Amino acid sequence: MRREGVFVEKNDKYALEMRNVSKAFPGVQALRDVTLQVRPGTVHALMGENGAGKSTLMKCLFGLYSLDEGEVILEGEPVSISSSRKALDLGISMIHQELHPIPERSVMENIWLGRAPLRKIGGVRFIDRKSMEAATGKLMKELELDINPRTLVRNLSVSKIQSMELAKAVSYNARIIVMDEPTSSLTGHEVSHLFKIIRSLKARGISIIYISHKMEEILEIADEVTIMRDGHKVGTWPAKELTTDLIISRMVGREITNRFPPRRNAPAEEPVLEVRGLTSSFPKSFRDVSFTLRRGEILGVGGLVGAQRTEAMEALFGLRSLSGGKILLGGKEADLSTPIKAKRRGLAFLTEERRATGIFPVLSVEFNLLVAHLGNYVSCMRLLEQKRMRRDARESIERLAVKTPSSRSLIRDLSGGNQQKVLFARWLLINPEILILDEPTRGIDVGAKYEIYSIMSELASQGKSIIMISSEMPELLGMTDRILVMSQGRLAGIVETKETSEEDIMRLATKYVA
Amino acid sequence: MESKKTVLGSSVHFLSQNAIFVVLVVLVLLIAVVDPRFLSFAILRDVLMQSSTRAIMALGVAFILITGGVDLSSGRMVGFAAVIAASMLQIPEYARRFYPDLPHLPVFLPIILAVAACMLFGMLNGLIVAKLQVPPFITTLGTMVVVYGINSIYFDMPPNNSQPIGGLRPDFTALGSGRLMNIPVIILIALAVAVIVWILFNKTQLGMNMYAIGGNRDAAIVSGVNVVLTIVILYAIAGALYGVAGVLEAARTGGATNNYGNMYELDAIAACVVGGVSTTGGVGTVPGVLAGVLIFGVINYGLTFIGVNPYWQLIVKGLIIVAAVSFDIRKYIAKK
Repeated sequence: MRREGVFVEKNDKYALEMRNVSKAFPGVQALRDVTLQVRPGTVHALMGENGAGKSTLMKCLFGLYSLDEGEVILEGEPVSISSSRKALDLGISMIHQELHPIPERSVMENIWLGRAPLRKIGGVRFIDRKSMEAATGKLMKELELDINPRTLVRNLSVSKIQSMELAKAVSYNARIIVMDEPTSSLTGHEVSHLFKIIRSLKARGISIIYISHKMEEILEIADEVTIMRDGHKVGTWPAKELTTDLIISRMVGREITNRFPPRRNAPAEEPVLEVRGLTSSFPKSFRDVSFTLRRGEILGVGGLVGAQRTEAMEALFGLRSLSGGKILLGGKEADLSTPIKAKRRGLAFLTEERRATGIFPVLSVEFNLLVAHLGNYVSCMRLLEQKRMRRDARESIERLAVKTPSSRSLIRDLSGGNQQKVLFARWLLINPEILILDEPTRGIDVGAKYEIYSIMSELASQGKSIIMISSEMPELLGMTDRILVMSQGRLAGIVETKETSEEDIMRLATKYVA
Repeated sequence: MESKKTVLGSSVHFLSQNAIFVVLVVLVLLIAVVDPRFLSFAILRDVLMQSSTRAIMALGVAFILITGGVDLSSGRMVGFAAVIAASMLQIPEYARRFYPDLPHLPVFLPIILAVAACMLFGMLNGLIVAKLQVPPFITTLGTMVVVYGINSIYFDMPPNNSQPIGGLRPDFTALGSGRLMNIPVIILIALAVAVIVWILFNKTQLGMNMYAIGGNRDAAIVSGVNVVLTIVILYAIAGALYGVAGVLEAARTGGATNNYGNMYELDAIAACVVGGVSTTGGVGTVPGVLAGVLIFGVINYGLTFIGVNPYWQLIVKGLIIVAAVSFDIRKYIAKK
């Protein structure tokens, strides 16, 4: 039901306007007078460092937060969005960075959740599975998706689940779709497929608000880019007027000449860690992985999603069971069968899933910093030396420039990048000899990335050894000494970073892909 | 922005952060309005005495709730400890002794035995939960029934044949009804336990590990917390506290039957939850639990005191559980 007449022109101009939006939380002004204008049928990128206010702005749009000030105008009409249900009814859908489908239910049930087509039999309403399947099939066809409506979501890849979520958004007649870091767990091929879907959505007049930290992607897919910093809007520009350097300098408010810090580490010849024939006890996981890690070296681990990189490296930290293989530390065979043993032998592991296996959301920043290191603060009376704990927590917060109201704040109130810094600091506190970092900069802004790279570089030059699993090619090429590439659970090759290229790594990554 | 904060605003914030204590004070005042005699020393002392064993028990349950578990066996363990201690601490002249020929034992021996028995069952709970990964609800449901069974068999042994155990020695009942400088010993014991538990919660690695396991078990494993050992120790400590509560319950009432402690587990969980312990784990404080226990103590004693029908008390209790938690949980729900 569109209005006629004068409003039409206005409608044509913006599908969505958020005008002069402000939002404060206790101790933080998260948004200050932010205006966002999205044209119909365009991809509008929203960029900014972690904590810049992108997520808060989107949560306001989706009815998860109420506005302190400002208004939301949808196709020319002011609307009040009090709940996510209301947002959906108004045609606003959001696809979160971490997807939450119901794994044990089918694709169609997930899509029509809570509004399944019904059929009356003898006055009692039953779910009409037939018309549900037909509607889902039609939807998939329209979007050129190859997903069977009856498949259990548990059996879908991340990329397929995301496509399903997009289909769900379309099924709500969404006019605005917000996508938060949609490509963070997709392979290159899957990304281009996603972009194809996005383009077809655009052609249907749907506007996409696209949140991402990946410059190359933004420049490829976005029509306009709005950049935010510290809760302010810096500005909106057509994507074709922007370059990676321009975006970065506007995001951080200063010129960044290098994405990676200078490297000063000099890997020694002696190996600190030798892995021989590491094989999982699950046949579909990794097998026969062998490599060495030298003192002061940063070893990258590359490969496609599903290459079992995380699994193989988690095995070094006692998080996965092994059926074979040897791990040698300093030339002697070591038992690293539990995280406790691995930690005791000087290993640290920063996991990929920040929320699932990293943070303790309901506990303080200080607790989150110190939890892996508590044994160090036990005094002779078996009590904890809290003065020293508080001091170390404060120092960690300063050292990594964690933005938090206080060390007593709950970690869940921090932005993703700051949570990641806390987790990094947690492991630095135990002063490990070998750090395993699984996607350490995923979902983190450029500034925080640079800081994490700097710390890695500094640690390596102090003689610490680092294993970094990464799906980001520039990061692998920019930060490592050697790169180990896995393919389908097997070691595809180890290359010297200086002598390799993206093409070489991709070739290795697909070596065993059937 | 900060300067705009009004006195009203900050006091609302204070109230919402300390809701439990406010509820407790309001409750006491409400009862005092109806009958001002409630605010006398003797009456408040009685409320505290009645709450003492409940407090010790609830503190035990708090260990388990904070790890994200639940303990249904606590009530039956209280009964078990009460019967064990009472059965060995009767006066020699008493006609129906549990052990007719038992020599005079030092008072601490049966007490230690009773506490150790409960600690053992607690440890068993912990092992089943941590090692076999049986959900705590099921594990402790099983233990609850088993402990009651064992207690009943013991209680039914000839010559006792399920007769209530009475005639307890005065050196034992002194723990329950004795005074030290006009303060009941039982209150002092409960206070001492609360202080020890507070230290465990706040000042020890064990306490930190407890919060870590409840806060995010998987993250605790990755962080190198010894989850299995920690859980076993925590359940054992909880068991020991149920034992202490049971012993004191026998001493306070001067007797014991196998039905002692029946349904206490639900009161203990309710007190914890009203006191701000999160049922999903990771959150909970000693002052909160104590306030929760006192709220129920005041309701039990106070409403009887002002002549409210006991069945109405049940309704009030139930409403308070739900109301307090729905209020408290606002602190943790994402800010809107």
